[in-house]
Amino acid sequence: MVIADPARPFLQMRGIVKLFPGARALDGVDLDIRPGEVHCLLGQNGAGKSTLIKVLSGAHQPDAGEILIDGERVTLSHPVAALRHGVATMYQELDVVDGLTVAENIYLGHELATAGFSQRRISRQHTHKLLSRLGHGDISPHQEVGRLSAAGKQVVSMARALSHDARVIVMDEPSAVLDSEEVANLFRVVRELAAAGVAVVYISHRLEEIRQIGDRITVLKDGRTVASGLSVADTSTSELIRLMTGRTVEHVFPARPAIPADRRPLLRVEGLALRGVFSDVSFEVRPGEVVGLAGLVGSGRSEILETIFGARRATAGRVEVDEVQLRSGSVPTAVRAGIGLCPEERKSQGLLLDEPIYRNITLSTFSRFAHAALLDERTERAAASTQITALDLRPADPDRPARTLSGGNQQKVLLARWLVHGCRVLLLDEPTRGVDVGARSEIYALIRELSAAGAAVVVVSSEIDEVLGLSDRVLVVSEGRIVHSGPAAEIDEHRVLDLVMEGSAA
Amino acid sequence: MSEQSVAQGIAPGQSTQQPAATTASRFHRVFGGSVGRNLGLVIAFIALCVVGFVTAGDRFASVDNVMTILRLAAVIGVLSVGMTFVITAGGIDLSIGAVVGLSSVWATTLATQTMAQNTHWIVMVGVGVAVGTACGLVNGVLVAYGKVVAFIATLAMMAGARGLAEMISNRQTQIVKVQGFLDFFRADLLGVPVLVWMFLVVAVAGWVLLNRTTFGRRTVAVGGNPEAARLAGINVRRHVMYLYGLAGLTAGIGGVMMLARTTAGTSTHGQLYELDAIAAVVVGGTLLVGGRGTIVGTVFGVLIFSTLTNVFTQNNLSTSAQAVAKGVIIVVAVLLQQQFASRSRGAP
Repeated sequence: MVIADPARPFLQMRGIVKLFPGARALDGVDLDIRPGEVHCLLGQNGAGKSTLIKVLSGAHQPDAGEILIDGERVTLSHPVAALRHGVATMYQELDVVDGLTVAENIYLGHELATAGFSQRRISRQHTHKLLSRLGHGDISPHQEVGRLSAAGKQVVSMARALSHDARVIVMDEPSAVLDSEEVANLFRVVRELAAAGVAVVYISHRLEEIRQIGDRITVLKDGRTVASGLSVADTSTSELIRLMTGRTVEHVFPARPAIPADRRPLLRVEGLALRGVFSDVSFEVRPGEVVGLAGLVGSGRSEILETIFGARRATAGRVEVDEVQLRSGSVPTAVRAGIGLCPEERKSQGLLLDEPIYRNITLSTFSRFAHAALLDERTERAAASTQITALDLRPADPDRPARTLSGGNQQKVLLARWLVHGCRVLLLDEPTRGVDVGARSEIYALIRELSAAGAAVVVVSSEIDEVLGLSDRVLVVSEGRIVHSGPAAEIDEHRVLDLVMEGSAA
Repeated sequence: MSEQSVAQGIAPGQSTQQPAATTASRFHRVFGGSVGRNLGLVIAFIALCVVGFVTAGDRFASVDNVMTILRLAAVIGVLSVGMTFVITAGGIDLSIGAVVGLSSVWATTLATQTMAQNTHWIVMVGVGVAVGTACGLVNGVLVAYGKVVAFIATLAMMAGARGLAEMISNRQTQIVKVQGFLDFFRADLLGVPVLVWMFLVVAVAGWVLLNRTTFGRRTVAVGGNPEAARLAGINVRRHVMYLYGLAGLTAGIGGVMMLARTTAGTSTHGQLYELDAIAAVVVGGTLLVGGRGTIVGTVFGVLIFSTLTNVFTQNNLSTSAQAVAKGVIIVVAVLLQQQFASRSRGAP
């Protein structure tokens, strides 16, 4: 690796703090980027990587701390300001416009034009130069971007960054959408950029890649920098995992009661598959048991739950509740059988935000409170109120719109919905996402109570300590396959992270 | 959509800042909310009546004129009730005007009228309503199961139904010859035309359906968040199909009403009625994005437009001026809606 001027960092972030309602997303982050280096940013989900990128790209404003470029303090008040200072960002969801050509995409927002007429010929020439610099002179500037592969789109995105004379390019999990050959190509481009003095901030979950491409590493945990500027060559993998997982906040998990061994499984999943997403998923959950699915975003965890629930049609395998097989791909069938799903995205998948709490609670049961299709709102509201009290939902006003509730209370609304229904199998996707620390313990206790009352619970979470602390049994999912299955007490966070990353590196 | 949730959307201060929900405050919320929500419409309507009275005096305020206004409002009114459901669920139906024409033509073909004369005039009603419902269900199947965008599916139905009506009628006006039909529908009951009664009955039925039944609850859920409704176990597709069927049903009833009003069936009946219905629904306060609908608001929307037409006619003002006024009303209503919507988002 060529490091142009190792003595003097091009970009420095000092003590960056970013507050969100109810959470400190960033709580004092330091980062310094030298010209021509590949600087890797490591951290678990929720460590603050995405927020940090957004601060760096001008999409978020820090609440405290300073950003220095070439030793001068700057304010990146919006994305264009960041670009002017030479900081370009390539987001994970590539922000290219499919309907436009390569050249049009690269000069989007800063078109080369005279008196309003675009200089198509010149912009094509420039585009060709930029693409050649990236070693992709074979991509035609006329080509419609929608027809390019994910890797091609990435190159366009990089060329766009270069067209802004970027001196730092932030790449958020660029390898996630690429196959191994394309990854090799990406690395070549990254090395060439670095050799030309451009700094690359590289974010990836794959430790293997970081070994190959990175120069230095900064590790984030719980919104803080726990190690900065470590040399890749001198830092062991176990050391990195220790830095990523060492806790500052310990959650209190309820005790795991012993389950009588003679209980028959309530939920049985056998050889379940969804083409291109996951395959051969088999497991059982007994009443009173909590099974956790651990894995990275995109590993197929959420899709497994949705397929069990019938929201996606399985391409193979079967789901049984109480030894009765369910028809695949039908949510009403699953609900009738007593399965309830609390989806990952509460707001977009779970709630009617402008409707009152009680109607959100009875969304899957309101027809029970009707005589000849006429609703009896008094009994409906009473049933909802019972659950509001039981789950200690606050504020306990059934008529408030769901929008006004905090994340934890919105989660309780979803749980209440399935409790009114009398569900015996609960599928919980990220039950504590967006829930603050205090309310988390409450949700954990609630999940245990439900399982103690005879429910079979499946929990998906990105936070490995949560899966381990909450579950009786853990299934580790990687790239759509279950790579490990065993009691939660017999595995630790390092091992899970190891399994998850081994699977991804394939 | 319930009275109270709408009230909270429009006036969050009334309910969300009172954590203790006593019986008295709940009563106040339901009652005050309903009135409060429609207050703007009521004021607009009264202002329009005052203008009418001042400019046209007794010509405007006479019982005869009021019945004229209501009679003209009746067909659009019935269509608007069906449209309220579709829009509340986040959809749109551009075909209902054309379906009015088709059902009026189908109900007055020689074959239908001969059969009606030999049996009972109710046959004509049955044919008209059945044709409308069938068209609506075709829309519904296309939108719900064929996953065709509602705008396109119903645009196709709009062209198709109008064309089919022209083919069946050979572009001729088909006079209603069944005297029993005319005697029934053109009569007055308790001094009020039967057509106006029909509007009233459809509006009340629509209100009950939207606010008091599981069908209405599903409609609001599907419009508010289709994914949440699906994951709660609601059969969203089937419900969407029913909704377009319902809009078709009201178009069929509208077709029969047109026969009564004009004593003839023709393929040109109901032209642009879909746009009048959408305008009335939106002005009434139903959100175009779905999730919130109000039948009372829709009725006021219909009355405001038909009164406006009447006031302009009474004052010999051109239909062009009337169209401009209509346009202004729609824009102002939607701007106000957006204000309320953003305010309810900002509520604590």
